Amino acid sequence: MLWYLGRRLLQVIPVFLGATLLLYALVFLRPGDPVAGLGGERGLPEAVQAQIREQYNLNEPFIVQYLLFLKGVFTLDFGIDFRGQEIMDVIAAALPVTFQLAIMALVIEAVFGIVFGLIAGMRKGGWFDGTVLVISLLVISVPTFVIGFVLQFVMGVKLGWFPVTVGRDPNFYSLLLPAIVLAATSFAYVLRLTRTSVAENLSADYVRTARAKGLRRTQVTGRHVLRNSLIPVVTFLGADLGNLMGGAIVTEGIFNINGVGGTLYQAIIRGENVTVVSLTTVLVIVYILANLLVDLLYAALDPRIRYA
Amino acid sequence: MTTQFPVTNGNLPVGEGDGRTYEAGTDKPLLEIRDLEVSFNTSEGVVHAVRGADITVYPGQSVAIVGESGSGKSTTAHAVIDLLPGTGKVTGGSIKFDGREIVGLPRTEMEAMRGRDIGLVPQDPMSNLNPVWRIGTQIEEALKANGFEGGKRERKDRVAGLLQEAGLPDAERRARQYPHEFSGGMRQRSLIAIGLASRPKLLIADEPTSALDVTVQRQILDHLEVLTQELGTAVLFITHDLGLAAERAEHLVVMFKGRVVESGPARQILANPQHPYTQRLVASAPSLASRRIQVAHERGQESDELLAPDLDATVPRVERGAAPADIVVAKNLTKVFTIRGGRPGASADFKAVDDVSFTLKRGHTLALVGESGSGKSTAANMVLGLLEPTSGVVEFDGTDIASLSTKEAFAFRRRIQPVFQNPYGSLDPTYSIYRSIEEPLALHRVGSKKAREKRVRELLDLVSLPQSAMRRFPNELSGGQRQRIAIARALALQPEVVVLDEAVSALDVLVQAQILDLLGDLQRELGLSYLFITHDLAVVRQIADSVVVMQTGKVVEQATTDEVFDNPREQYTRDLLAAIPGAGLEGVAIAG
Repeated sequence: MLWYLGRRLLQVIPVFLGATLLLYALVFLRPGDPVAGLGGERGLPEAVQAQIREQYNLNEPFIVQYLLFLKGVFTLDFGIDFRGQEIMDVIAAALPVTFQLAIMALVIEAVFGIVFGLIAGMRKGGWFDGTVLVISLLVISVPTFVIGFVLQFVMGVKLGWFPVTVGRDPNFYSLLLPAIVLAATSFAYVLRLTRTSVAENLSADYVRTARAKGLRRTQVTGRHVLRNSLIPVVTFLGADLGNLMGGAIVTEGIFNINGVGGTLYQAIIRGENVTVVSLTTVLVIVYILANLLVDLLYAALDPRIRYA
Repeated sequence: MTTQFPVTNGNLPVGEGDGRTYEAGTDKPLLEIRDLEVSFNTSEGVVHAVRGADITVYPGQSVAIVGESGSGKSTTAHAVIDLLPGTGKVTGGSIKFDGREIVGLPRTEMEAMRGRDIGLVPQDPMSNLNPVWRIGTQIEEALKANGFEGGKRERKDRVAGLLQEAGLPDAERRARQYPHEFSGGMRQRSLIAIGLASRPKLLIADEPTSALDVTVQRQILDHLEVLTQELGTAVLFITHDLGLAAERAEHLVVMFKGRVVESGPARQILANPQHPYTQRLVASAPSLASRRIQVAHERGQESDELLAPDLDATVPRVERGAAPADIVVAKNLTKVFTIRGGRPGASADFKAVDDVSFTLKRGHTLALVGESGSGKSTAANMVLGLLEPTSGVVEFDGTDIASLSTKEAFAFRRRIQPVFQNPYGSLDPTYSIYRSIEEPLALHRVGSKKAREKRVRELLDLVSLPQSAMRRFPNELSGGQRQRIAIARALALQPEVVVLDEAVSALDVLVQAQILDLLGDLQRELGLSYLFITHDLAVVRQIADSVVVMQTGKVVEQATTDEVFDNPREQYTRDLLAAIPGAGLEGVAIAG
């Protein structure tokens, strides 16, 4: 087990280096000069531009810039952005909100997706199954921003059940509606995955054996159908945590949340390469760790998988 | 606890040798099935799987239902325990258990009966245990569900006791293991422990050993027999193997297309079958066939005569010229697989095939026999050139196949073709039959499109399928038909050698007999050589000229078929022979 953990953690190193190098190369290759764009219509004086280039090592060759960036990562000093803010502070401000939002969305999609999927799978072809399938199809096919604006308008503006926007001071209640919107699409996938998995397991031989033992229906469902059905669902949920963290740009925009998505979007517009790469790197690490967690959870659910 | 054991009826006549015999009427029947009808709703309408079956089982009696797949034997058994799959429903008749009608019983009452009154030992040990729970937990469930009185400690002891009783040594440690850590035989023993956990009065054993190796099969059936006799449990045994049924049950019920066609004491049915279907079944049961051994003898002699000129170098054969008589020669074949370990340097070597040599003569059939894990399929894959041997040489028609260039290897593949075990898996479901058979021809650029179509028609004739089958898809054909297609595909390129890897193992006995006949005919007509891989010695006797017996990667015995059957030298071969179901019943069949 420890060997396995060690091996997996060692794998983080090449993934981290490869991902950052790739990201750095991509933003570096982007056309346009970020410094020239700083001064607006009139542009900055030559001398100031030169000084900024000096400050951000923009005159150095690509690989030197990258190595300097790496040095920054390991000393936890990403430098400052064009507006004079410590990038570390920018990340520290954006990450917790997004993290909270992602976890809330994950819980919502897991709980509702699994419960509804279980009921639909148990009564495949029934009216509940039909209704839920149509709803999930709707949710999958309607873009997130439509769901977001509609819910914001109905629940926030018209009914006044939820705050319309989140703003500077996010709390559990104000993040609830954005979390629902963020969870919507994945909820539909979790539901369908659980439903198929449950329906398949219901006709498995070991379920028949369990019934032949004389177990009651609830026991058969809980102990033999549900646990086995969760294995693929857990895989999906783990991979989805990464998506929820990085893919909240639209939702964060609608509800005016100062999270990773918004910050990243702004940084891309302004051409702040270091901020973009730094934030993305954090997301990459979150992704890797989430996947590791999934693999460990996998082993807990399925004893056939043993990491020696 | 004692209340969970059935009261043993002391005055029942328990005979010696002949098993337990019961007179109808001296006792109240335990299970009484009358005019049972079961049907399934499918997209193509209602399918009547069971039509008016009558079966009676007395307490402590063992009854076997025999029939091929689709005969309704399993459906009848599942109707008894109310576990019909999918849309299956009892549409008529009655099932009385202990005098109580159980058709239409409310769910909760049926749940109470399952396990406690009626136990089930299912067919496939690989899929019938939940992979995510420990064996012990799964047995404990059965105890808890059926009102086991006692605390956790007693329950654990009872689980260990049950496993011990089912023939698993070191039961306490075994109970803490997971199904995937068990072999097939061990899993089946665990399933028997589950089935008997609450001492049911009736145990339904649905093909309990058909997925296991023959030697393991015998041990487990022996054990089950002793156990149920001790406990006085009645057994309803479902099987497709007449030999097995006759050996294990006192009373036989033969089912065909949903109906009971014959029923009576086992030996009587075997010696004097009344219904035409039963007669066919008795005639083609591989374990009981005596007629066809003679056919094999004849063929063996014939082949020898044909080969004689070849062996005599002065008289060259007209067709094959001076081709060597040995078409495939395997010399000291060894295959080592490296199994990756968890930590660095912990990888281990596994010798799947260890120094195996054999020779396949032109026009002959060589059988590689062994249980699963004996390395027979690995050896066959090396002969086919699909696996590279770690050491050793495969010579085909005098040439080492490892020395072939890519182009030569491509040409070599035309001359040796495989037919695999699973006719469901080896045909692409999205290909029409025509496309499946034509594919190798197209791949090797044989003839024009028209010529290829003509060839496909010929091949279908050759395997006795109508030419109209061309436009159909695999899912529209039966298992036997699919295996014929697979054979047609293998023959498309006019190979000299066909490797048959358990090619008839998945088929019902009657179909199996047909395919074996077909293979025999094809061999005579086309001068094919067969490398026949099987675990079933009964089949070997019907088709092979010589036999190579393998065990854990090594050859333990190598001789002609007659020698192996009449005079086996090795203990392992004798075990395999003894394990053929119904081996001891041969006299009865011949006498009848």
